[in-house]
Amino acid sequence: MGLREDQIERYSRQIILPNIGGKGQEKLLNGKVLIIGAGGLGSPCALYLASAGVGRIGIVDSDAVEINNLQRQIIHSTANVNKPKAESAKERINAINPDVEVIPYKLRITSKNILDVIKDYDIIVDGSDNFPTRYLVNDACVLSKKPLSHGGIFRYDGQAMTIMPGQSACYRCLFPEPPPPGLAPSCQEAGILGAVAGVIGTIQANEVLKYILNMGNLLAGKLLVFNALDSSFRQVKVPRDPKCPVCGEKPTVTKLIDYEEFCQLRKKE
Amino acid sequence: MSIKVRIPTPLQKLTEGKAEVEVEAKDVRGLIEDLDKNFPGIKDRLCDDKGRIRRFINIYVNEEDVRFLQQDSTPLIDGDEVSIIPAIAGG
Ligand SMILES: [Zn+2]
Repeated sequence: MGLREDQIERYSRQIILPNIGGKGQEKLLNGKVLIIGAGGLGSPCALYLASAGVGRIGIVDSDAVEINNLQRQIIHSTANVNKPKAESAKERINAINPDVEVIPYKLRITSKNILDVIKDYDIIVDGSDNFPTRYLVNDACVLSKKPLSHGGIFRYDGQAMTIMPGQSACYRCLFPEPPPPGLAPSCQEAGILGAVAGVIGTIQANEVLKYILNMGNLLAGKLLVFNALDSSFRQVKVPRDPKCPVCGEKPTVTKLIDYEEFCQLRKKE
Repeated sequence: MSIKVRIPTPLQKLTEGKAEVEVEAKDVRGLIEDLDKNFPGIKDRLCDDKGRIRRFINIYVNEEDVRFLQQDSTPLIDGDEVSIIPAIAGG
């Protein structure tokens, strides 16, 4: 397709990078990324992907912007309080880079709609804020063989891992079961420092860019663990679990299940 | 034998706010027992009522998950670094 003059100018600082060039920029402009959650992780991730010129960005979020979000969800602004987050994110991305086509999904992602929503994207970013959605997104990506960038934050801790279905460990290989509801406070209950979300969301954007550009080493089979208080980054190995119920040798999860029930938020009816 | 253990934020309430503690142990089971002696209640957070490590908490010896080594029989040697890493869902 070739780059326009204004695109060569806009992306010049990354086009000159070894391994990117005009070809790499074209790959980015043809890239299709779905971000689940326009919150603490999704905000910085979406901003960097938009600035880098990822051609299509889908944003899934059913919530509206609240004033208490703005401390960390840096894609939104005070003027957009009460606006749907997916719309608010689209507005900001378009203001940064008109090259990006933003598809807002003002819906709650569920077992019923997720396969249809993810099917047209190259890679999925999990920026959700609860265990049922995280297991749902993992299983849907594994079953659909979609690469997935996982990120999670809690207080001063952050984690990130990239899942290449069929090749590297999935989220269930890492954590076979979610904690019972009482043991896992949310950001709302536990608090979170905005910059921690920024660090992990930016790592996720970096993983997506490397995937689209086919360069470097992904965090596949490795969990990156960040602690903000001692500014430490560590990596641990995450092997594939042969007994994994979704990507193991004898999978028992072959279609999507009820994730609220799986996470014991609701009893089996 | 001295083993360094990194305690994740959610469990630091039990370790008087300490992010890193030292224990004496020959294996992971011993490490959990020694931790619980110094910080009562931490075993309940790490293990279920049958004494098995909970499935949303991983224990790493250096970079390796003990689930893929010898679970709680995984031996420890002087200088090993153990990390306790729980699943976190915030976003
Ligand atoms: Zn798996």
